[in-house]
Amino acid sequence: MPPIVDIQGLRKSYGAHEVLRGVDLQVARGDVVAVIGRSGSGKSTLLRCVNGLEEFQHGSVGVDGRTLHQRDPAALRELRQRVGMIFQGFNLFPHLSVGRNIMLAPTLVRRQGGAQAEQAARALLARVGLAEKFDAMPDQLSGGQQQRVAIARALAMEPAVLLCDEITSALDPELVGEVLKVVETLAAEGMTLLMVTHEMGFARKVADRVVFMHQGLIHEAGPPQQLFDSPATPELRQFLAALH
Amino acid sequence: MVDFSLLDVLRNLALAARWTIVLSLIAFLGGGLVGLTLLVLRIGRSPAARTFVKAYVELFQGTPLLMQLFLAYFGLALFGFRTSAWTAAALALTLYSSAFLAEIWRGCVEAIPRGQWEAAQSLALNWREQLRHVILPQALRIAIPPTVGFLVQVVKGTALASIIGFIELTKAGTMIANATFRPFLVYGCVALLYFVLCFPVSLMARRLEAKLNAPHR
Repeated sequence: MPPIVDIQGLRKSYGAHEVLRGVDLQVARGDVVAVIGRSGSGKSTLLRCVNGLEEFQHGSVGVDGRTLHQRDPAALRELRQRVGMIFQGFNLFPHLSVGRNIMLAPTLVRRQGGAQAEQAARALLARVGLAEKFDAMPDQLSGGQQQRVAIARALAMEPAVLLCDEITSALDPELVGEVLKVVETLAAEGMTLLMVTHEMGFARKVADRVVFMHQGLIHEAGPPQQLFDSPATPELRQFLAALH
Repeated sequence: MVDFSLLDVLRNLALAARWTIVLSLIAFLGGGLVGLTLLVLRIGRSPAARTFVKAYVELFQGTPLLMQLFLAYFGLALFGFRTSAWTAAALALTLYSSAFLAEIWRGCVEAIPRGQWEAAQSLALNWREQLRHVILPQALRIAIPPTVGFLVQVVKGTALASIIGFIELTKAGTMIANATFRPFLVYGCVALLYFVLCFPVSLMARRLEAKLNAPHR
């Protein structure tokens, strides 16, 4: 079976500084892959290349059988419909109610009718435990609730893969759990997830595979037990030791 | 000396003020439409269009409105167009307003956090949809105070059109003052009428601002 995400020889630089130095990564359908590493190791940039938020200079990115063409808006629009993204800062649209946030893309991009989109939005909100918040404005919600709405918004496009970019890093500690629980449920339901995270406990519990990035390269990768319990490289050992 | 009562003065000024209003409306609607077009070009992806708008804005912000009025009035005639003071004033004020509005609105668009663009992009919205449904509605809210502030400037700026012979409030005031030899009274009334025009605009802006912010209180 072809991978959902297929990254080959990805290189990206800002001027003279090379952030990604030839990354290969494949994510199979239903796989949960956690990307860990120091800040500046290129993990967020890697994620943002997958849906074309960042331009890269060399290599290729494919999602669900489609190749990413950076200069072709129509192709990019096609590909982005297959990729959902959740951000550290939630990025809900503050001028739209929770329900409208979720309905916007399905009505515009997938030409769904209002009633159908609303029904889907309500079902998604129930799924993330916020059924009663359909008419609330984003700034009336807690950070954890906003992030759960953002997850529902991404799911409304029925993506083949969900990219999570440090989605709990901006949350108060007591709100992290409710968001991770939603993600865990998604993983259990077979959603393909590619997530950058600092929550090592969560990565160990939920991920099928952990990828350690170091200086723009995948330095070590494997099942969580192997990486966390018996790291093979000194860099990963040092990184893990620094967390405790 | 012509015998003018205060009431006559006010009545004649009020009649002339209609033209100040019409000219302001033309400048603002025309300037708004052209300004919106310039804004889209300025934040769009064509480098040539961006450069053009930058130069356009610099040109109109960097020269006095008075010169623009002269150039529109005498310059168009030079190219063989028969211009009235009317068309010259409307044209110059439209171009002038469009440059300022485009620049004001660009600032508002750039005040919207990058994450809003990125979230809209991630949801597969195209550039037009990102702008129309995500960025502009948010920019609109912060654009109201500076836009209305500029509208008040435009109303007062129409006074300059008197210099090319367009008869609006200021020009009428000059004519009446010359006829009555009571400049202080007449210009006092002129100032009062400008205030009567501008004050409701500011007031309306405050209302609108409060209304648009209401869901966030």
